This record gives sequence, C-alpha cells and structure tokens, in this order.
Amino acid sequence: MKKIFVLMTLMLSFSVAAVIDVYDFETEEQEALFRTLTAELRCPKCQNNNLADSNASIAKDMRQKTYNMVVDGKEEDEIVTYWIDRFGNFVLYKPPVTLGTAILWVGPGLFILFGGLIIVRNSRRKVSVETDDRDEELSSAEKDRLAKILKDSEK
Amino acid sequence: MTNDVKKKKQLMTRLIPLIVFLCVSIFLYIGLFRDATVLESTFIGRPVPEFALNDLVEPELQHDKSVLSGKPMLLNVWATWCPTCYSEHKYLNELAEDGVYIVGMNYKDERKKALKWLDELDNPYKISLYDPDGMLGLDLGVYGAPETFFIDSKGIIQYKHVGDINPRNWNGELKAVYEQLK
Repeated sequence: MKKIFVLMTLMLSFSVAAVIDVYDFETEEQEALFRTLTAELRCPKCQNNNLADSNASIAKDMRQKTYNMVVDGKEEDEIVTYWIDRFGNFVLYKPPVTLGTAILWVGPGLFILFGGLIIVRNSRRKVSVETDDRDEELSSAEKDRLAKILKDSEK
Repeated sequence: MTNDVKKKKQLMTRLIPLIVFLCVSIFLYIGLFRDATVLESTFIGRPVPEFALNDLVEPELQHDKSVLSGKPMLLNVWATWCPTCYSEHKYLNELAEDGVYIVGMNYKDERKKALKWLDELDNPYKISLYDPDGMLGLDLGVYGAPETFFIDSKGIIQYKHVGDINPRNWNGELKAVYEQLK
C-alpha cells in the first residue's frame, strides 16, 4: 500500500512557471513598471511567452536590459520603443493599429454590422412574403379540394 | 425586366459567401508558407549602434563602431553552440575567398571554444568581435544565430538576413543585396 502511494505521488507533476531572478529596485513604482513591462513584452525567440515567463537566454538578456533601463529612470514609452526598434511589433502582445493589423481591429465590428444588416433584411422579406400569402383568398375550386382532402383524412 | 434585376441581385448575394471563403482561403494559404520565426527587420536604414568590444583573437585590442564602416561588408553573428553556424561556416570561407569583406561577431560564447573553432574550420573574418554577454547583439536586435547584417560604407545597416547563408540564398538574392551596397 505504501509503495503504491509513493509511486502515485511520483507520478504527480507540478508545473513551475516562475523564473527565479532577483532584481533590486529603488522605488515601488520602478518595480511595478518592470513587472508590467516583462508581462507585456513578448520574447522574440519564443512564439508565445512573455519576458517574465521565458527561460530563453534572449529573454534573460532582455529582462536584464529592461531592468537597467527602468533603474536608469526611463519612461515606459521609451523602453517599449527601444524594443520595437529592435524586434518589431512582434514584441508587443497588443498589436498597434496599422494598415496590416486594421482588419483585426475593424473586422469584428464590420462582421457584426453586415451580419446584422443581412439578418434584418432577410427577416423583413420573410414577413412581407407571409402577409402576401394571407391576403390571398382561396378560390372556390381550391375550397372544394381542401374540403375533400379533409374529408379523406378523417376516414 | 425587374425580375432580371432581382435574379441578378440574388445571384450576387449567393456569391458573397463564396467570395469571402476564397479570400479567407488565400489568406490562410499564404500563412502556411510564412516562417513565423523570422521577424520583420526593423533596424534597416539605421547606423550601427555605439559599442566597445574586445577582439576575439587579441583580447587587449578594443573595437568600436568605426570598424563597421568604410566599405560594404557583412557582419556575421555566430557561436560555437549553434549548429547552423557550423554548416554555414564553410560557405563563408568561400565568400571570403571571393573577396567579400566579412566581420564576425562571436555571440554569447566562450573565447576558448571560439578560437578552437576558427583554428579548425578556417577564419573567414577580417575582424572578429567578441560579445560574450550578448549586449551588442541585443542592441542590434539579434535573437538567435546565425544572423548576418549587410552594412554599407557609411556604417548604415541596409539588410538583415536571419538564418544561414548558403549557395542557394546567396545566389538567389543576397549577392544582389551585397553588390548594391555602396
């Protein structure tokens, strides 16, 4: 029993996401800025890791450089621009509005707008078709036929 | 008459989903062949940043950005831990023999290993910079090795190639880029 228990605990695995680096900051604002930046900047070598999560050596270097810039008193914008200059908009998790990314920003809105228009138009058409039918009276021949069908089905 | 117009309109509305589908297909098809690991180059048209690095072969010698101007050249970023650099090295030797001016930057590496590598495989580099902590690399936007920068005589980066240089891509496009450098 004990052996089985030990075996089972061995099979459990825990994911460890934190990267252990120690940085000292002079002020709390600097530390907060560093935390936001490393969470919002993306590691260029990895497809989907931010700087804070990645263990890639480029991410380590970038954390160090970001730390240096934060401690030097650089503003958030300056630091972000520094990285965009080097690695392009890829380093940003939130894509800026450019011609190439416009579809991402405008697309959903257009989709809802056009979809809504089509739905409204189609439903209107259906209503008018239905009312057309209702207005039509049955001719006497049709009435006779209907009566006959009903009579047949009752048998 | 009005019936014709109505029919045409209906045909158009029926075609819209097809057109949208075709657009999306083309978009996704192109995406299939795009290498997601190659980032857009953003350093093009800018001068080489300031730096002070020691020479790889002669540790006492220090270089600054002036070594990266004066003539058209390639700045090749390499390391001994990079297998692609190994396969690229032979071709760099050939290019150097053909008169292409190549400066090497040994990136996040150990001097001993790097020297052994150049000793065994030949040295295509006119100058070898040694960047052990990768800080110039970071300043240049290097995110892997090998990477090669095409620099003109004014010290301005005109092109960046990510990945190895081989006969195929050199004769395909890179040679033309190099010959256009002034």
